[in-house]
Amino acid sequence: MPKLDQKPRVMLEEFRVKNAPDDYGMADEKWNFKKFAKNMRIVIVRLDNFEMEFDLIGVQPAFANAFRRLMLSEVPSMAIEKVMIKNNTSIIQDEVLAHRLGLIPLKADPRLFEYRPEDATVGTEFDTLEFSLKVKCSNNKSQPKDSFRPEDLYENHSVYSSQIKWCPLGNQASVHKEADVGPVHGDILISKMRPGHELDLHLVAVKGIGKDHAKFSPVATASYRLLPDITLTREVTGGEATLLQSCFSPGVIGIDSEGRAFVQEARYDTCSRNVYRYDEIKDSVILSRIRDHFIFNVESVGAMPPNIIFIQAVKILRDKCKSLLDELNTL
Amino acid sequence: MKISELPGDEDSGATCRTYVFQNESHTLGNALKCIINRYEDVEFCGYTVPHPAESKMHFRIQTRKTPALEILKRGLKDLQKVCDHTMDLFEKEVKEFNKS
Repeated sequence: MPKLDQKPRVMLEEFRVKNAPDDYGMADEKWNFKKFAKNMRIVIVRLDNFEMEFDLIGVQPAFANAFRRLMLSEVPSMAIEKVMIKNNTSIIQDEVLAHRLGLIPLKADPRLFEYRPEDATVGTEFDTLEFSLKVKCSNNKSQPKDSFRPEDLYENHSVYSSQIKWCPLGNQASVHKEADVGPVHGDILISKMRPGHELDLHLVAVKGIGKDHAKFSPVATASYRLLPDITLTREVTGGEATLLQSCFSPGVIGIDSEGRAFVQEARYDTCSRNVYRYDEIKDSVILSRIRDHFIFNVESVGAMPPNIIFIQAVKILRDKCKSLLDELNTL
Repeated sequence: MKISELPGDEDSGATCRTYVFQNESHTLGNALKCIINRYEDVEFCGYTVPHPAESKMHFRIQTRKTPALEILKRGLKDLQKVCDHTMDLFEKEVKEFNKS
């Protein structure tokens, strides 16, 4: 059996998940910031405006989990919070409609806005965005003969998020652009109507955090998993190699020109432990995960790029510590 | 006030205290516990969220000699340093990633 390198691991065995024998869960060593800073690494793997994958290496699970929790529930974003219904004759009930509108992601950058004070009855240009949605469904006068498609028969029979109009408050029109505050996606179906149905709504969006309501969460998902590691302990060839390959996610096990299996890319394995179903090959692999290597996946809803969301999350934790320290020092 | 002390430790000196954090949860509790538990002088450190419907977090520190308050302050300072370091490192890596 090849000697595994010195990394904290969990071994994924056939019937149990076991810590490596020399691993005491990283809790024994004394705290030393210099050592922490030296061991910590970050590697960005993928990054665009909506998605990011990065590795956080050499940190305690408590920190990784704190960052994840912060991104989900404490980084602010803007969402529709109040809906004034002047008229709603569609079949969708007022409260259901209001809830649907709340869930529409807005493009407005929350860093440019303040929290609205709890006792405020009217919003100001610094803490509130207002929109209106006024749609009336009618018969299409120039409908083609013999057509039964609703889009030919009626006008405005589907209400989409692109029909939400921004009503700038105060000086807002000169600071923001409509495209930068409105819905992220224009093709979100809000309601379906028939002739005579009408919507006349006034929408008020405020800044909030995911702890209060999930619609304020700036991320669609923010999660981490541990890096999988696969080690082959003996040569696997021919039919066994193909069998071994089929036990893992595509691309994880490769087969070279001589028909020998090798580990190509363990990173994207799902760690399903399928190999243990086959007696002939189950002795050929050691499955494990690296306990201090976190693969983060952050998917933004659209208001802020994911790298900014992560920075904001860490900043929130930093500011929390700072304000608590200030309070303790004045005690 | 975000922090208060739980009564009951008045007779046992300054080395053990339970602090109550308002509007905090596992996010701060676990990260802070993870640092403080690894300090030289700390005998015990743990946290609990007594009830899921109350946004309160109890944080217990017991030490051999150092006052618990000092340990708490040191822990917060260290956590702040961790955050600063993470931000710097992350920003540097993003810059590097965008260059290539």
